[in-house]
Amino acid sequence: MKAANSSRSKSEISFIVNGDRKTMRVHPMERLLDVLRQELGLTGAKEGCGEGECGSCSVLLDGILVNSCLIPVLQAKDSVILTIEGLAGIAELNCLQEAFLECGGAQCGICTPGMILAASYLLQHKPQATMEDIREGLSGNLCRCTGYSQIFEAVAEASRRKATA
Amino acid sequence: MTTGRIVGASVPRKEGRDKLTGKAQYVDDMQLPGMLYGATVRSRIPRGKIKKITFGPGIAWDEFTVVSAKDIPGKNCIALIVDDQSCLADGIVNHQEEPILLLAHADRHALPKAVDSIAIEYDPLPAIFTIEESESQSQIIWGTDNTFKTYLVEKGDVDGIWERADHIVEGEYTTGAQEQLYIENNGMIAAFDPQHGVTVWGSLQCPFYIHKALMSLCNLPADKVRVVQMETGGAFGGKEEYPSIIAGHAALLAIKSGCPVKIIYDRMEDMAATTKRHPSRTRHRTAVTKDGKILGGEIEFTIDGGAYTTLSPVVVSRGAIHAGGPYYRPNVRIRARAMATNAPPHGAFRGFGAPQSLFAVERHMNRIAQTVGLTPVEIRQRNFLKPGQTTTTEQAIRENIDLEKLLDRALQLSDYHSMKKRFAGENATGPAKKGIGIAAFLHGAGFTGSGERNLGSVVEVEACADGSVRVLVSSTEFGQGTKTVLCQIVAETLRIGYEDVTIAQADTDDVPNSGPTVASRTVMVVGKLVQSAALGIKQTLTAAGVIRPAYSAQEFRAACRAYVAAHGALRSSARFEAPSDVFWDDEKYRGEAYAAFAWAVYIAAVTVDMTTYSVSVDDFLALQEVGKVLHPVLARGQIAGGVAQAIGYTLYEKVVWQNGRMQNSQMTNYIMPTSVDLPPMRVFFEEMGNIHGAFGAKGIGELPMDGPAPAILNAVEDALQVSFDSIPLLPEDIYEKLASEAVVETEFR
Amino acid sequence: MVQYAAGKLPARKLVSVWNLPELRRIETFPDEIRIGAGCTYTDLRQNAIIRREFQLLANAAGWTGGIANQNRGTLGGNIANASPAADSLPALLAYEAELVLVSVRGERRVPYVNFHTAYKKTKHAADELIRAVCLRRRFLDYFCYSRKVGARRAQAISKVCVAALGRLKGPIVQDLRVAVGSVAPVPLRLVETELVVKGKAIDQALLSVAGRTATAEISPIDDIRSTMRYRAKVTGNLVAEFLQKLAASAKNE
Ligand SMILES: Cc1cc2nc3c(=O)[nH]c(=O)nc-3n(C[C@H](O)[C@H](O)[C@@H](O)COP(=O)(O)OP(=O)(O)OC[C@H]3O[C@@H](n4cnc5c(N)ncnc54)[C@H](O)[C@@H]3O)c2cc1C
Ligand code: FES
Ligand code: FES
Repeated sequence: MKAANSSRSKSEISFIVNGDRKTMRVHPMERLLDVLRQELGLTGAKEGCGEGECGSCSVLLDGILVNSCLIPVLQAKDSVILTIEGLAGIAELNCLQEAFLECGGAQCGICTPGMILAASYLLQHKPQATMEDIREGLSGNLCRCTGYSQIFEAVAEASRRKATA
Repeated sequence: MTTGRIVGASVPRKEGRDKLTGKAQYVDDMQLPGMLYGATVRSRIPRGKIKKITFGPGIAWDEFTVVSAKDIPGKNCIALIVDDQSCLADGIVNHQEEPILLLAHADRHALPKAVDSIAIEYDPLPAIFTIEESESQSQIIWGTDNTFKTYLVEKGDVDGIWERADHIVEGEYTTGAQEQLYIENNGMIAAFDPQHGVTVWGSLQCPFYIHKALMSLCNLPADKVRVVQMETGGAFGGKEEYPSIIAGHAALLAIKSGCPVKIIYDRMEDMAATTKRHPSRTRHRTAVTKDGKILGGEIEFTIDGGAYTTLSPVVVSRGAIHAGGPYYRPNVRIRARAMATNAPPHGAFRGFGAPQSLFAVERHMNRIAQTVGLTPVEIRQRNFLKPGQTTTTEQAIRENIDLEKLLDRALQLSDYHSMKKRFAGENATGPAKKGIGIAAFLHGAGFTGSGERNLGSVVEVEACADGSVRVLVSSTEFGQGTKTVLCQIVAETLRIGYEDVTIAQADTDDVPNSGPTVASRTVMVVGKLVQSAALGIKQTLTAAGVIRPAYSAQEFRAACRAYVAAHGALRSSARFEAPSDVFWDDEKYRGEAYAAFAWAVYIAAVTVDMTTYSVSVDDFLALQEVGKVLHPVLARGQIAGGVAQAIGYTLYEKVVWQNGRMQNSQMTNYIMPTSVDLPPMRVFFEEMGNIHGAFGAKGIGELPMDGPAPAILNAVEDALQVSFDSIPLLPEDIYEKLASEAVVETEFR
Repeated sequence: MVQYAAGKLPARKLVSVWNLPELRRIETFPDEIRIGAGCTYTDLRQNAIIRREFQLLANAAGWTGGIANQNRGTLGGNIANASPAADSLPALLAYEAELVLVSVRGERRVPYVNFHTAYKKTKHAADELIRAVCLRRRFLDYFCYSRKVGARRAQAISKVCVAALGRLKGPIVQDLRVAVGSVAPVPLRLVETELVVKGKAIDQALLSVAGRTATAEISPIDDIRSTMRYRAKVTGNLVAEFLQKLAASAKNE
């Protein structure tokens, strides 16, 4: 984050996050991740690497899974953003979160918000995801605790429940 | 009232909901009013004297808080085992990441440029980077002989066995450094005011290690130092000793600036500067009879400790004690040494020396099998430890373990024999070679020898005014499930609901010192203490006459409420007491090294692609005996996660060094496995029970790190009929070895 | 963005070309398709024509980073970034792509083949934008082979990657293109190797000659990800594997 603010000319940027419109004055090259965490207090997205490798900063931008550490906030202008905080509402768990809780999909929890968003993006596009689909769909989200197997189980379980629901 | 309903059940993780909804607060999620951001100026040479420090032009230095060694109120060292590591270098640097100065500024974007603009001139001194260079003593960089610690373990008469031997089998095995690579980087926030002293909040494993380090560094009494653990995003040993340094840095900046200061490492700094697993070299020389019985032998285990002592003495000790593997050796001599080099200190990492020495012994068993003409299965069957026999430290096996049975079950579950036969056939043709390999091993739970006695851990359990019960320990949660399992133990002990038990945040102002969260000791040692403290609550309530012997959970809640209303807070504590029949000699390194061992057999099936020389693990079977499994989902998660990390250690994760500095300190070039790189993991448990732990549980956290490397390399040997004795084993290494042994022609198939 | 955030790019005026509609179209004509330079890897992977007729490109898109990277990274960015390890570029070489460049001076169409002139250097002028990539639709009947060798199966920068097309007439290799990445300062078409193979029947001897020629044609280096020797050997192996599979494809028909 060196150059990003050497010229600190801010501009007004507005987008909808978790259903609320937010308008703020920020430097246009500020990373979306920092804006979410620092300006908006949405600390669910985490920084694991800052270079697009780990996926712990994943959010959905206009319904598309992205790494928010790689998005200059100007590219989020007028977009609709969903972060982990907006997924199910306060204190609610959706089907995927429930399955993660039961299957052991979260250990230290630091990869979890990104992982859940990646999984939810996957299931949205492939409701009947096969094991292969799940592995590929989560391959941009690194987890050091679980060895992934209980995450796979959780996603498969959620997909099953959604199908029968 | 039924028993066994909570322990053994996969109840939801205590902090699970917060983690799933993004509510859980990690240190970087926390902000304090007026907070500054801190950064560290580090050495960029491996060894030398600092000549001159120049603050570059173009920076508004008056806006910065700058801290150097001169600003340290107390002792300039990170108190741990030996006080040889400075908090900030004072004149001399011994590795490329040694902290020299600290900066703080309100705008974190202002820091990188300021750090870069500080020019440091040195008088460089010659540096050393390998175990061999350290041993040769061409340069003395630490003490009088570059040696942090040596141990000698002796059993029987080793010198007498060589002439009785039919075979003498020798081998040398090496392992590389490994980065813990928790996904949450290290970070701390410190605040200071003269009245309350220093408070730090951080990502950490051992609150009281930091507490001790800060007292000495800041020259403050115990009640003026407070350490609070935030939710911790993975640790694996990597947040055992290093956080004391970061906490110290943040505290110094906070003291000098008068503002709270946050230091969060970015990934590059975290990887390059903080600890990694110790590189190691193990040499075996083993006397064997013609039918494959081990008569005994010599083992030399040496680790590269980096520039300062830190935890190397303890790591090399654990490695040495595990070096014999799960085999009976009537005569053995183990020499273990931790050597100094000019790399950043290596440190704690899941397994703590055992993965290194067990890798060596399990590769060596295959070498012995080859020499004697037995199969890898037979050589292990003939030498397994049995109840009544003793380990290398002469600890008698008092548990009723049956390793042959464990091996048999693993062979069956993995379909070993038919796979092996099939692979041998298929490998004759085709561009892929398949193989299957075994590793059998043990892992000691709890601190080594008299460690637990010296620690004297204390826990508390509290009956609360609202009728719930609260556990107070300094044992930390960083993914393993500490909170969940300790609450389960209390619920089970008191026969109340799991929801009725909560656990306090690890805050040194609130919780007693239950010891560090390391060494697979939490469930076994702390769990047992929590169990007795919980019983204390019940006794008090019974004595006060507020509950009957048979009570419901609801009645228990009412009793707690009534008691607290009448008498005030009710806390019950328990302190570790060593069993009287446990003997350990610290001088001779002999006796009961561990309160309990977990036992395991792992089997890996691999394919080596002869077009790219890359190894993929196709199937992984992990069978272990860990006593009572308190929470099946968590237990499986620990094993699968450990195996994954160990597969990384074996086949992917190579630290590229240049002059003692990590070159690949990014996630894009330090390669940990992704979701598509790992095999299906088949995890099985065998329960035999152990008298030491709560409800018969042993430690489990580190065990899975030990077996995968040798199992995989044994499988690669089976596939290629070529032996590899070094990890990480990368495709480039396989290619070079095959080329040098002319297994790969220079022609293209 | 990573370089920008890390301060490796000078703070200057940056133009965001993200999501410009004219850059994100894939247009289909009878004899060619025109891929807007702003198309993401996900766009490429999802396009039916690319999947059917330009499998090498679809495969390369699927190798790139993780899903989130594929949702944001663009083909134009991959070309302009000009990494020798870029995964899509060998495919573009194999398909003999043409680039449409635009600037205030207007549009020009240039063959992609010599676009990369040296390590991280390209022929496009500082004020030029890559507008589109054009691929001729004439490879449907070619056998295609592509393989990426990275340090892991996902989220990996290539140590070697190959994209190749081939067509047999009877046992004879009538036409082929072989392009490689990560083994030279720029993505490379293996012209010599193509020459020694073209017009011949594939046998063991030819595999060896092709492998050797490929090895001689490239100039791999030792770096943080791999070694020169490994890259050379594996490139040869992959070329041989391609030819073997090409030969086998005839037998399967
Ligand atoms: C985590 C991660 C993993 C990656 N993995 C891979 C991988 O596996 N394989 C691989 O090949 N690549 C990989 N990359 C690199 C990346 O895919 C490419 O560099 C790329 O496609 C970037 O596209 P972009 O649109 O984001 O370009 P940007 O990063 O925005 O731009 C890259 C450069 O291209 C210029 N540029 C962009 N579009 C145009 C245009 N239309 N005309 C002219 N100039 C333009 C920009 O000004 C800039 O100089 C990875 C990158 C990341 C961050
Ligand atoms: S922090 Fe964005 S991908 Fe790692
Ligand atoms: S749960 Fe810890 S990194 Fe995934």
